[in-house]
Amino acid sequence: MPKRSIVPFGPQHPVLPEPIHLDLVLEDEKVIEAIPSIGYVHRGLESLVAKKDFNEMVYVTERICGICSFMHGMGYCMAVEQIMDVQVPRRAEYLRTIWAEMSRIHSHLLWLGLLADAFGFESLFMHSWRLREKILDMFEISTGGRVIFSVNKIGGVLKDMPKEMLTQFVAVLNDMEKELRETTSVFLDDFTVKSRLVGVGILTEDDAIRRGAVGPMMRASGIEVDMRKTGYAAYNEIDFEIMTSKDCDSYGRCQVRIGEIFQSIDIIRKAVAQIPDTELSVPVKGFPKGEAFVRLEQPRGEAFYYVRANGSKFLDRMRVRTPTFANLPSLTQTLQGCQFADVPLLILTIDPCISCTER
Amino acid sequence: MGKYLPFAKTVLKNLFSKPATTAYPFVPKEYPARSRGHVEIHIDDCIMCGMCMRSCPPGAIEVKRAENTWTINRFDCVQCGYCVEKCPKKCLSIVPGYQTPGDKKYIDSVVKPVVEEAPKAEAKENEKDA
Amino acid sequence: MEEIQKDIYKIEKVELLPVIMEKKNDKWRLLQICCAFAEGKYEVTYSFAKGYEIRNYRLVVEKDEEVPSISRVYKAAIFYENEMKELFGLDVEFIKVDLGNKLYRIDANVPFLKEEDK
Repeated sequence: MPKRSIVPFGPQHPVLPEPIHLDLVLEDEKVIEAIPSIGYVHRGLESLVAKKDFNEMVYVTERICGICSFMHGMGYCMAVEQIMDVQVPRRAEYLRTIWAEMSRIHSHLLWLGLLADAFGFESLFMHSWRLREKILDMFEISTGGRVIFSVNKIGGVLKDMPKEMLTQFVAVLNDMEKELRETTSVFLDDFTVKSRLVGVGILTEDDAIRRGAVGPMMRASGIEVDMRKTGYAAYNEIDFEIMTSKDCDSYGRCQVRIGEIFQSIDIIRKAVAQIPDTELSVPVKGFPKGEAFVRLEQPRGEAFYYVRANGSKFLDRMRVRTPTFANLPSLTQTLQGCQFADVPLLILTIDPCISCTER
Repeated sequence: MGKYLPFAKTVLKNLFSKPATTAYPFVPKEYPARSRGHVEIHIDDCIMCGMCMRSCPPGAIEVKRAENTWTINRFDCVQCGYCVEKCPKKCLSIVPGYQTPGDKKYIDSVVKPVVEEAPKAEAKENEKDA
Repeated sequence: MEEIQKDIYKIEKVELLPVIMEKKNDKWRLLQICCAFAEGKYEVTYSFAKGYEIRNYRLVVEKDEEVPSISRVYKAAIFYENEMKELFGLDVEFIKVDLGNKLYRIDANVPFLKEEDK
């Protein structure tokens, strides 16, 4: 039997933007087992419900993570709205959809950049992030923030996007789409890039279900599930196809995410074309009582919100199950039997967001 | 260029185009009108109700009714804009211009001019007498 | 098993493993396990999904009662169960990989329980 050694990986590692620690059990260069441990950025935001009232919690949930901040606020608002039986105006739903899709584009571009960086393609990384910058500028113009948007409130949204702004955004996205085709073709066609992605980190359909994988990770294993199809916000009025791949490997995940970028641009175009003109929010009176589950599709996968309210200002329990937490078991699965040199790449393909995971 | 050298086109384009970045400290950044930089108060309209103090998620605002002051710790403020939304007199606003870093924390205090306050105080006393 | 709200079923401890096995054989995926401490009791909610369908099973246990682990059926439960154990102090028995209070590397002991509930 070859000699076994344990190599600590992280929390500080060039490929990791955020701290996660893995104990890798190696047999020569082959990984036998990976045991993750997290908690380096645990802030206990869920337990803040005892100190902040349910309206202030919108701003707290937004700060769970810097990349999916909009969707965290939106998911929490949707859960409280469901408990209080509030009907959000249609325009607010459409605005939420547009912002959510913009978040998806910028998150996937961020991921593409990090992936390029992980396999050592520096200039491709720069190009992905250059494109992402335009989305961040659009966020700053429409909400006033580049990372934290603070536009959600229980019962609707706070800021409107006038017609000129929306048409300007669509024009920017149309230009961006052309540049995106060039940049993403490198990910999908380049020989060297493919040699790092194809066949690496296989997660079969069966394993994906058993390990509870979510989002692009699951769709890259050929499972057609996208929470947007449940029709929250304005998705019930917008037609789109679910991106899947039968490849089950890192290349498939890359393919799914690139497909989703173009799809998001398309969804924004459709949403802008059919956005109705109603008020932005409805007044919300009283305190919530009851419990609600909300599932929504974040860039990284399906997020799960649970809110339990007791009829007072403070909630009993607020839980966020973030997509990365659900993808951790799949990560340990894909790491088993891989080469040590592929570990950074495989960690990246689940699109890890450690701040989300630890809350 | 398809399958071979798909990056070549981008490389060639890069050679002959201007940099995508700006020369930041020399060319100042222009912030859009909605940019959430810092909170400003129009103190004359303020009624010292303390709604902003109670609603502030990080607890950066302090309203002292007795001393007629509105105080904000700009290093604690997270620019969420909840105070602006809650203000009943709409005297708070969030404007562009980020808080600059400093070597120590300080608090910004705004005192409400007491000119108008005098007759009100008298009126209250009159009520008590009555 | 009784339905207490739409898609939320209350189950007894003896029913837990049969329910889990049934879901596993039917190829449902484990969505999450959530622990809440309310009115002096732990509420553990197991959520399963298949396609867009969702089922939640609620188990209510006393403060010092132990809960059987489902990590031998669903491997994904390892992280959720370790999390409940570390943050709420819920006694989960025989987790497949017990990370021994090391999933979250934090100093505080059971931080999600309020001081008066400990």
